[in-house]
Amino acid sequence: MNIIVCAKQVVDVAEIKIDSSTKKPILAGVPQKISDMDKNALEEAIKIKEKNGGKITVVTVGSPDAKERMKELLAMGADEGILIPVPDQADYHVVAHLLAGAIRKMGAYDIILCGEASIDMFSGQIGPQIAGLLNIPQITYAQTLTVEHNKVTSERNLAEKVVTIESPFPMLITMTKESNQPRLPSLMAILASSNKPIHEWSVDSVITEGLTPKVKTIDIKGISMQRKNIIYQDDLDQSVGQLVDELAKVGVLR
Amino acid sequence: MVLVYSDDKKLTLELLNKASELGKELHRKVIAVTIGHEEYSTEYLEYGADMVIVVETSQHQFKAEEYTSILENIMKEHQNEIVLIGSNKNGKELAARLAAKLNAGCVMDCTKVYIHDKKLTTERIVYSGNAIAVEQFTSPPQIVTIPSKVLDPLPKNPHHKGEIIKKKIDGEHFPSKILNIKEMKSEGVNVEDAQIIVSCGRGFKKKEDIKLVNELAAILKGRTVGCSRPIAADFKWLSEDHWIGLSGHKVKPKLYIACGISGQIQHIAGMRDSGVIVAINKDPEALIFKSADYGIVGDLYEVLPKLTNAIKGKLG
Repeated sequence: MNIIVCAKQVVDVAEIKIDSSTKKPILAGVPQKISDMDKNALEEAIKIKEKNGGKITVVTVGSPDAKERMKELLAMGADEGILIPVPDQADYHVVAHLLAGAIRKMGAYDIILCGEASIDMFSGQIGPQIAGLLNIPQITYAQTLTVEHNKVTSERNLAEKVVTIESPFPMLITMTKESNQPRLPSLMAILASSNKPIHEWSVDSVITEGLTPKVKTIDIKGISMQRKNIIYQDDLDQSVGQLVDELAKVGVLR
Repeated sequence: MVLVYSDDKKLTLELLNKASELGKELHRKVIAVTIGHEEYSTEYLEYGADMVIVVETSQHQFKAEEYTSILENIMKEHQNEIVLIGSNKNGKELAARLAAKLNAGCVMDCTKVYIHDKKLTTERIVYSGNAIAVEQFTSPPQIVTIPSKVLDPLPKNPHHKGEIIKKKIDGEHFPSKILNIKEMKSEGVNVEDAQIIVSCGRGFKKKEDIKLVNELAAILKGRTVGCSRPIAADFKWLSEDHWIGLSGHKVKPKLYIACGISGQIQHIAGMRDSGVIVAINKDPEALIFKSADYGIVGDLYEVLPKLTNAIKGKLG
């Protein structure tokens, strides 16, 4: 079974600070990681491979340093990686075309797995866009997945309802954060993964026509969270008393 | 044209407000699409549509692939520069797929949509609520999704008239099949409208202990119980309508009391717009304190009964 996992390198959103003078988020120096739900997608791919055999290819559109992050995915259990450089001007349209182009170039595939969204931008566009470009069925927000020889059955979490859907191969699936617990690679797995290849493919090798973004980012404005941060941590009865007095004073108890 | 579609009628009425505004500014007509619900069409006209396209189809169940194909069909006939889609889960997967099919740009979950420098411009929250991205389309067609409650519907205007056009369309057929639809157990809770929310997280050891939160909530007026991801999604101690966070509900009560919640950025993203935020956590280093106005460092099993009593005393 040929399984493709799309993964994105993102800034760790929990580490973002807002510059108090420019009111813009400070992104330089913030640690990078593979987006959480993309690891859920890989975990699901590994489970499918363990049961059915096959090959897992991870594909990323990103900066050259994404290669380091991809090694972690190989250590988890992916067989090989493909890294495509992200063009200077890139929006979802450009990235989806690059990923779909890379998938076409790889040839035959059975399942494409993505995270339901990336934790930095949280759009959830890339999965359905790729499915649209490849004209294959899409199963979004999957919380369970059962793979049989000729089909996949999945429960999709739509908050107010759960939709069970089945689809023959090939299809694209996006996984939720609750769907599984991504494994941590063992030291042995990390060492063994150093022999696994990460291929660098050029933009021109995956798409033929020139791509221009349909959407441009013209500004990123920081939202600073100004809170009073009054913390009581001494005598408990006293703390509770002070808190209740304060809450009454600011008028939120009535 | 400005085209509006959502499978949710209420959300469609909200979108029609923005569509009318853009339509006026750009001198374009507003088209509302309903797939299978002819009974909505008069209302769509009264709330701002200049034309309603009622799609009659054999594809009764929403499948993004097939509904994308239906909208593509409509787009071929009516040149639509702007498409507004309701940002629920169905709407988002539909919008993205449609964007791929039409070679269009798409921006999700916009909180503002306007024309700036003659270009369609959007704002949305990114980086888990730390920033707002201002984005601009470079060319049509332009697809925007807007969540519920960002807009109010226009006042109903029974004199606003327009055409109702019925069309038989079956989209391209896809081999996937819906086997079952199960409505989730809902406790009828609406955290989004709550004035006061008492919320619980991983600090609770077992389901029964949530009564401590219920007891505090019970003495506060206009209160509701909320929770973080683990309580609803992993342990399932509360139904998902209680879930507050990036993937759950976004809330803005006047008072938010977070009990035993560590303060992961995904949770903060759901409650950061609250008026006053109170945190109770035994770990003085817990992230939640950074996002709180008031905090008590202590064991919630001790703090909550005392807090409940003290507030009871205060309120008399």
